[in-house]
Amino acid sequence: MSNAFIAFQKNDESRCIVEAILEDNPNAMVDDQPSMVKIDVPNRLVIKRETVSEKMGREFDLQELQLHLITISGNLDETDDEFTLSWNN
Amino acid sequence: MDMKVAKKLGLKERYALMTRDLAWDTTYQKMEDVFPQTTYEGIKIHDWDKWEDPFRLTMDAYWKYQAEKERKLYAILDGFNQNNGHLSVTDARYINVLKLFLGSTPPLELMAARGFSMMGRQMNGAGPRVACQMQAVDEYRHFQTQIHSISNYNKYYNGMDEFAHQQSRMWYLSDGKSFFDDAITAGPFEFMVAIGFAFEYVLTNILFVPFISGAAYNGDMAAMTVGFSAQSDEARHMTLGLECIKFMLEQDPDNLPIVQRWIDKWTWRGTRKLASVGMMMDYMLPKRIMSFKEAWEMYVEENGGALFKDLARYGITIPKCFSQTIEEKEHVSHQSWIGFYMKPQATPFHTWIPTPDEMDWLSEKYPNTFDQYYRPVLEFFDAQEKAGNRFNNQTAPMNCQVCVSTMKFNEPGDPMEMCFRESIYNGEKFHTCSDHCKEIFDNEPEKYSQTFISSHQVLQGNCEPDGTDTSAPDFKPGQDMLGYWKLDKRALGDFNGSEDQKNFAAWREQATKN
Repeated sequence: MSNAFIAFQKNDESRCIVEAILEDNPNAMVDDQPSMVKIDVPNRLVIKRETVSEKMGREFDLQELQLHLITISGNLDETDDEFTLSWNN
Repeated sequence: MDMKVAKKLGLKERYALMTRDLAWDTTYQKMEDVFPQTTYEGIKIHDWDKWEDPFRLTMDAYWKYQAEKERKLYAILDGFNQNNGHLSVTDARYINVLKLFLGSTPPLELMAARGFSMMGRQMNGAGPRVACQMQAVDEYRHFQTQIHSISNYNKYYNGMDEFAHQQSRMWYLSDGKSFFDDAITAGPFEFMVAIGFAFEYVLTNILFVPFISGAAYNGDMAAMTVGFSAQSDEARHMTLGLECIKFMLEQDPDNLPIVQRWIDKWTWRGTRKLASVGMMMDYMLPKRIMSFKEAWEMYVEENGGALFKDLARYGITIPKCFSQTIEEKEHVSHQSWIGFYMKPQATPFHTWIPTPDEMDWLSEKYPNTFDQYYRPVLEFFDAQEKAGNRFNNQTAPMNCQVCVSTMKFNEPGDPMEMCFRESIYNGEKFHTCSDHCKEIFDNEPEKYSQTFISSHQVLQGNCEPDGTDTSAPDFKPGQDMLGYWKLDKRALGDFNGSEDQKNFAAWREQATKN
């Protein structure tokens, strides 16, 4: 099983996004590095719009992830409600 | 009065309407005449509409988010420059990594912008055309922002002002140039594998992630904001490269052997290009966050391994070179740094011997190789320098005909033996640095026999400053290489005793005392 991962620039918005990921992906592992944060989840990582909105206290559009993203790993699927990275192995 | 409010379109519908629905098949001219380049590589495509960008990014959203990225980036850059950012980096050695980055990276971003503009024209399907067009604009943005981020340093330190002139001429910039020249002169699908997969997935994941995190750790907010802002686009670029590979494999089983050969070739070419990034991480960052070896394991071995396992369902196998790249991760950064250290009169950046505690860090990070093979060399050079005999290799390097790296890599399994391979083509002998570069050469000898190798061109009198009279009786080829390269003499030589070293110390003193 491989890890899907995503990395963000460290800022206030991405802090909420990371909190949301940790809530929705119980197996998530956080790797804190200078000015960036990388989150690995075995096989499948999901970011839910609703959870991020709740953490931020405002409506959140998943396409806003573009602003904070650094890198991703896994096959991507993005809809209005979920941003998913997964490996078929 | 009741108003009927139209429901906001979902992401999938919006993407379909704004990409595919705005495209059409031509009728006055045949489609194959309008898109003539997508067939000659042998790739068979039956349904271009099967290609979908998983980000489902439409042009309107693209402009909105990119504009926001630019605003953030330039606000940080202004703040950093206004606050004497060039004095807040860890120490003046750090600035040399920017000189190397400036010569090697922005010109390649510009080539990527050209390449993706061509792809945005040549791909038959609207999905890939839109994604390639966005990538072309991104690459142009990277080229510009990288130069802007370094322009403030250029006001204070030596060796940065002639990077554009040096791009096509400097011996050590040839490997990156050849990577892109090779890709852009291939067909459109091979270009997508070369850049979308090998360059984005293998290379930028190290250059713009752990290396840039390291730049931030060394106090360079300019490199940090530019690097991460670029990499936020790269996530999209990697996705495009991967989608292209999956699309080719899903469209026709006959595509498999072609795609496999490209993956094998470009994984290796990407690996060779990474040797100098390794040296930037292990030797040029005064404060380090992780070794090149650790970054390689995280972003290439594990991440690349996950991808190859994922593609196994289409019949893709792990590239033949992969085991050799794993062996080399313990060697290449040291071999690169020693190679550059030995040529103090031929680069616009300074080199140095790591301090004793930096050598100890390298021993800890490279327990299998550093003390055994590389520490003794560095300590010997150090003793020679202290005795007033700083090593200076003034000969022209020998280069690989394919990757154009200087010959410095070891024989697989034998770190004490240099690796050389050769092939005969049209009665002429061509040299390569490894089995994998030799295989690439042997597969397309007509292409690689034409590689521009500056050490050969020098001897033919093709590397002279403008206005040189090559028919003069006392003309000697390569008599004025510094003039040909436009190398600033102040930027040459060892870091110890350099003008940058003195200025940085004096200015920092002024910045902290009255």
